Amino acid sequence: MKFARLIGIVALAVLVALPAGCAAPAQQGITLEFWTIGPEGEAVAQLLPAFEQANPGIRVRVQRIPQTAAHEKLLTAYAGDSLPDVVQIGNTWIAEFAALHALEPLQARVAHSGVVRADDYFASAWATNRVDGALYGIPWYIDTRLLFYRVDLLREAGFAAPPRDWAEWQQQMDAIRAKSGDKRWGALLPTNEYDQLLALALQQHVSLLRDGGRYGNFQSAGFKRTLSFYVGLFKRGDVPPWTNVQAGNPWQAFGRGDFVFYFSGPWNIGEFRKRLPASQQDDWSTAQLPGPGGPGDSVTYGSSLAIPRTSRHQDAAWQLVEYLSRPDVQVRFYELLGDLPARRSAWQDSTLQGDPKLRAFHAQLEHMRPTPPVPEWEQIVNMMQQVAARAVAGQLSIDQATAQMDAEAATILAKRRWVLDRQHGHAQ
Amino acid sequence: MCLGGTVRNAMNRASSAWLFLTPALLVLGVFFLLPVLAGLGLSLTDYDLYALADIRNLRFVGLANYWELLHRPLFWDALGHTLYFVIVGVPLSMLASLGTALLLNSQAAKLKPLFRTALFAPVVTTVVAVAVIWRYLFNPQSGVVNFVLTHLGIGPIDWLGDPHWAMPMIILFAVWKNFGYNMIILLAGLHAIPADLYEAARIDGASKWRQFRHITLPALAPILLMVGILTVSGYFQLFAEPYVITEGGPLQSTVSVLYLMYNEGFKWWNMGTASAVAFLLFLVMFAATALLWRFGGGRGEAA
Repeated sequence: MKFARLIGIVALAVLVALPAGCAAPAQQGITLEFWTIGPEGEAVAQLLPAFEQANPGIRVRVQRIPQTAAHEKLLTAYAGDSLPDVVQIGNTWIAEFAALHALEPLQARVAHSGVVRADDYFASAWATNRVDGALYGIPWYIDTRLLFYRVDLLREAGFAAPPRDWAEWQQQMDAIRAKSGDKRWGALLPTNEYDQLLALALQQHVSLLRDGGRYGNFQSAGFKRTLSFYVGLFKRGDVPPWTNVQAGNPWQAFGRGDFVFYFSGPWNIGEFRKRLPASQQDDWSTAQLPGPGGPGDSVTYGSSLAIPRTSRHQDAAWQLVEYLSRPDVQVRFYELLGDLPARRSAWQDSTLQGDPKLRAFHAQLEHMRPTPPVPEWEQIVNMMQQVAARAVAGQLSIDQATAQMDAEAATILAKRRWVLDRQHGHAQ
Repeated sequence: MCLGGTVRNAMNRASSAWLFLTPALLVLGVFFLLPVLAGLGLSLTDYDLYALADIRNLRFVGLANYWELLHRPLFWDALGHTLYFVIVGVPLSMLASLGTALLLNSQAAKLKPLFRTALFAPVVTTVVAVAVIWRYLFNPQSGVVNFVLTHLGIGPIDWLGDPHWAMPMIILFAVWKNFGYNMIILLAGLHAIPADLYEAARIDGASKWRQFRHITLPALAPILLMVGILTVSGYFQLFAEPYVITEGGPLQSTVSVLYLMYNEGFKWWNMGTASAVAFLLFLVMFAATALLWRFGGGRGEAA
């Protein structure tokens, strides 16, 4: 606060010192602070000159936050009252920052916008930005998980197409293992990553939390089915019980054919193109996730653009959000970085249509499910995976594991129940 | 008159002493005492994300955070892992330091400056950078360590994936990384032992072992005690090694108390619980150091 005042005084001094003839139009002098996470900052910097040309009054200053420190940095900035004007925010964090009242609701702006149209966005991605009926972010790019697989090795095992459901998937992995004399694994599902189990759990269409996010719902029949299938893959020997630390370099291992299915996200299209030799480029492809009974859903990840409540240039900030949401700008962003556009219309572009490895992603984007919008979600899903890893190691049965998940989720959500009950008490 | 002068003199001296101490006390107060008290206060509340959003969501919970921690298996697991690390790691580290210090101090040693520098080098390297390299070395599939072990006929060990082997690897890493520091201190201690003591012992026909047992060890005792206390309190604060090498895994077998505190505080923003973890660790460390002090002090008197 004091620092802000100091800046104010300095700014005032500078203004007074300026000759009166220099007075600029009212709009001039707006500098938007825009925080990005990870590699997006570098790419978006190339999109901004066009925006600044179209809006001569506005300048954008991009600050890049490293991926690993992003969550802490945003929270600390919130606590210190120093959030920027526009912020890139992981869509699984929206609920948390909405609970902090850190973000400005955007539904009124969307209602009057000629650019941002709700129905043009992939439904699940849009839904992750809504908390209790209010909209707190506009999806910027989408990220999900599906299967990368070795076409040649699958054919060698006697299958022409990737699996459509769990039974087929298991059958294929059994065959691959038998055919190779136990030299190959079916798939790599690192036991310290929760994405895979989470995606398989979301396919059940049973909410992972119950009573409005007051308790865990891991003892539901649906989740138990998923956990049994997941643990079974390791027990049968189709999947090695490795963490990603043990797995080392997954691209090399995939290229060597140590495993045939790799459960991962869109950035690996670029990685495999870069890391595998040209002769191997026709040997791999992507496929929609198999589900319990036919093609399955997957997780909804990705980032949104949000405007913090504390921003003093919200109109200009919204102009920037609209610009970055334009389908042509989204396509350009894809070309620069490979991030998948969040808008359906952007996917009609020939650049995206022409890439065969993207086809499965396009299909998967229509089959995604959001995670429960509670601030504690990240902690709960980490806990879920830690308990599941113990079930994989044989320390817990399915019933014991799910009971423990529910018990730990109840502890994590204790404060939320108290806050909700209190709000309820006030409302009545 | 004379008496009054002495008193005034003493008072002057006392107040000027305080005056000189003030800057140090101020710094200590602002940067140490206040944060510690604030942390203690925080540990009696349920300060979390909700309280950050709206201070009315803050509750004073008394000792509930401590009570819950003492009933949480993960806390005891973390404490167990930390004690394992301290109980195995500290003696190993001290032995390595003492052994290398003795070797470097012996008459027969050649190229002393070279070895001194080489053995000290791990201390000045960055934990994170070296830990990443160790991760490669100990990789179960492609690491050099397993390559060598397999050639020696000892089967490949799943250093990073087997819960029984992850902590020994972390201990090895920490000992390798840290022994050089104590080695330098002990080496200085060895230099300070008068040579005529050894000469007298030799004339009396004392063997090398008896020289070590009756001259070197007693002379080094105070230094060993100090080095021991510093090492114990350092090793209790295990964090960076598992954070970088194993990320607490496999199956949380390398989660230390400090790692638990980091997760609670900075990952999940449960500042109340995190502060309680910190104070419990402080109590454990205080008890361990006090024990060591009594134990070491008693031995010092006997010598």
